[in-house]
Amino acid sequence: MGAVYRAQDLRFKVEKIVAVKEMINQATDPEIQKTIVEGFEREANILATVSHPSIPTIYDYFTLGTRSYLVMEFIEGDNLEIKLQQRRAPFNEEEVIAWAISLCDVLDYLHTHEPEPIIFRDIKPANVMITRRNQVRLVDFGIAKNFQTGSKGTMIGTEGYSPPEQYRGEASPAVDIYALGATLHHLLTNQDPRTEPPFTFDERPIREANPNISVAMETIVNTALMYNPPDRFENAATMRKTLIALAQKTGLLEEEISIAQATQFFQDQSHSPIWTFTCEDEIRGTASYQDGVLYIGSYDHNLYALEAENGKFIWKYAANGGIVSKPAIHDNKLYFGSTDQYVHAISCRGGKKVWVQSTEGAIYSSPTIAEGHLFIGSDDEHLHVLNILAGREAWSVNLGSRVRSSPIVAADSVFIGSENGEIQCYDFSGNIRWRTAAKRAVTASPHFYDHVIYITSLDGILYAIDAKSGWVIWRYRMESGSISTPTTNENHIYVGSTDNSLYCINIKSANKVWSFATDNQVNSSPVFYKGAVYFCNVDGLVYSLHSGSGRLRWKYQTDGSITGSPIIVNDILYIGATDNKVYALPA
Amino acid sequence: MIKKLRYSLKNLFQPKPQDPVEDLTDHEVSIDTKELDKTTTPVDTKTVGYSSPHISVGYGLSPGKQRNHNEDAFFTLTTMFSFNESELPFGLYIVADGMGGHKNGEIASELAIRTVAGTLLKEIYTPLMSLDPQPAELSFREIFHNGIEQANAEIITKSYGGGTTITAVLIVGEQMTIAHVGDSRVYSVDTNGNLEALTRDHSLVKRLQELGQITPDEAAVHPQRNVLYRALGQGEPFEPEIISTKRPESGSLLVCSDGLWSIVGKENMQSIIKSGISPQDICDRLIDAANDAGGPDNISAILVEFS
Repeated sequence: MGAVYRAQDLRFKVEKIVAVKEMINQATDPEIQKTIVEGFEREANILATVSHPSIPTIYDYFTLGTRSYLVMEFIEGDNLEIKLQQRRAPFNEEEVIAWAISLCDVLDYLHTHEPEPIIFRDIKPANVMITRRNQVRLVDFGIAKNFQTGSKGTMIGTEGYSPPEQYRGEASPAVDIYALGATLHHLLTNQDPRTEPPFTFDERPIREANPNISVAMETIVNTALMYNPPDRFENAATMRKTLIALAQKTGLLEEEISIAQATQFFQDQSHSPIWTFTCEDEIRGTASYQDGVLYIGSYDHNLYALEAENGKFIWKYAANGGIVSKPAIHDNKLYFGSTDQYVHAISCRGGKKVWVQSTEGAIYSSPTIAEGHLFIGSDDEHLHVLNILAGREAWSVNLGSRVRSSPIVAADSVFIGSENGEIQCYDFSGNIRWRTAAKRAVTASPHFYDHVIYITSLDGILYAIDAKSGWVIWRYRMESGSISTPTTNENHIYVGSTDNSLYCINIKSANKVWSFATDNQVNSSPVFYKGAVYFCNVDGLVYSLHSGSGRLRWKYQTDGSITGSPIIVNDILYIGATDNKVYALPA
Repeated sequence: MIKKLRYSLKNLFQPKPQDPVEDLTDHEVSIDTKELDKTTTPVDTKTVGYSSPHISVGYGLSPGKQRNHNEDAFFTLTTMFSFNESELPFGLYIVADGMGGHKNGEIASELAIRTVAGTLLKEIYTPLMSLDPQPAELSFREIFHNGIEQANAEIITKSYGGGTTITAVLIVGEQMTIAHVGDSRVYSVDTNGNLEALTRDHSLVKRLQELGQITPDEAAVHPQRNVLYRALGQGEPFEPEIISTKRPESGSLLVCSDGLWSIVGKENMQSIIKSGISPQDICDRLIDAANDAGGPDNISAILVEFS
């Protein structure tokens, strides 16, 4: 390319300012050189026949040696690439809609030009100028495309705005529609497609980069960006009409959107509990299930056994403190800890005490059972390992701070986190295998999957740690701390955060697949069940999302706050809330 | 009959003063002492260490038939540390395919390997082999990322105009991390000799293929098949793609530049691997096959076998 000069046309006696565009023919082969000049002159002739307010008038053209020149109307203003660079942030939807409508107008004009449609082929922010009066001018008709050969050793920047079919040499009006979509995507997200991997617009949704943009606008741009030309808008006129409908907030488009929203509303309302059961105080923990019975602890000091099918009360067992522990079930006995500092072992039938064992601190951790032993943490800063038959202590270790995280047993080791950020691994004799530190407290429990330990911390990081050595494989940073225990399914891991979102992250690449934002902290640990992910937030909402896309399936509002995690058995979800109720909802 | 038992702990920690078990008068539990003896001993003291496969490596390099110098570079390191009923295998395998005139390509690929291998050995290997092998502050992913970022900076400073791909496989214990920028590939080979690419080329034609716009056959002859949208030393972006997964227990890994994979093709590579007698034999024959097919580009290959 060459320069654009601001020039004065001396043929006129009055001052006539014009723009003179210089194009440098870079072809080395004389035959190719000639072809380029001929092509340029042919196109200049076509342009001389167009007349549209958004297209600068061409006055003249000529060629001198290897350089060709175009004399045209001088436009005072900046192009959108410059404006975007100055702004350093995405544009507003209102501004972009206005520009888009003007651009569709000019494309429609060019595409329906007689005798032959003119395809612009180079729509991008740099070619869209905005005048002082906020009018759109399309400049640079791609006349001076230089030949570029790609040999290994030279990396060519890909034209981020061009559709795939352009690489096959195909040019049709659909090419301009795609390029317009790509331009709008750039303006609305401030993500330059030339620096992103080619054709990844669908991996970078507009509303993810800029949540202020409406669903309708995102849909319009996505339609223009479909990789298959027939899937895009049929023509620029249709796209323009759709944009106008959006701008006016009337018409067909709005109607479709509101119907979709209404359906969503009805879906929410149809999600009501199968049963609820009310305790005497808050429920902050998680339930357990076995053989048709649901077991759950409450701050009213009781461990309840309820019929899972209808919520009917079977029995309750009174401890001397609140119960947050998720009970562990083994051999028809139930084991859990309480803020009364004891570990309780009771029978599943009748809730009769089998044994209790004291620690020196309140217990918020949930027990894990393996190899005939029970592993549990306590506020007395120890991990306790008890023999399951009589509750005798086999060994314990001092972790140096309160242990609210629940231990897990896997690969012949015990893994546990503690409030000073330590994540430790022990063998079954109590010998430490390794330790690693997060920057802040580890309250959530570790999750083991395929030789890797996944664990979160209040430092806002999800750690993937090699279970054998304790080396960190990767870290994923969320916006703020987390006390949610992650869960995995195939290549994905799901975890919540106090930044109000639930994340789905790819285990191999450590990249976010999707995230779902709620209005309050997600401290609950998510659960995966039959293709959906379930979790709760501090506002007391229970959510169910499609695991692949992160789209909402349903949500339900309880009357309290939820800090525990749901469990799902036989398509029923069970959860307790601080409104003292246990809910059974259809999954 | 109820028995109250005291037992001594067979571990390193001080025995905790035993609290008496609460009186169980309302619910008697009979405890068989033999049963209790069995379960009071600490659980399974046998430490289960790694049972890692044996790693053997072959490698090959050739400038090909049509280039007069070799801009490809590679690196291999395999170690095994067995101690205290534990095993720690460590492997690092890197291929870099340089580009750019005036020897820039050779300098770029060498710089890339020195920087990345140097960083990984310093930040991971040396600490692992030290007297106090504490895990590093950074994750494997982050260390890799820093190494590659640094390599990019080195190339821009010392070999301006040069560029290179880089594809690296790191094995530490049971974990494998693969990082790449460009179109040099890592294939996994199963025990039947079938190849599956683990990396995604950062090339324009690969992207067109993914979208179904062109077929693999069309990609192989596409005029822009050599166009990369990411490489080291070629400006933004050079963001590496890094994946973590479990190290293979069997089969092999093949790390190679496009001078091999795009010339010999998957079918032929598979049949050579299936009929090879050792990793080195396979590499020699793969290089020969690429040269026999014209050898238009530099060829490099590393075969890592797990047995």
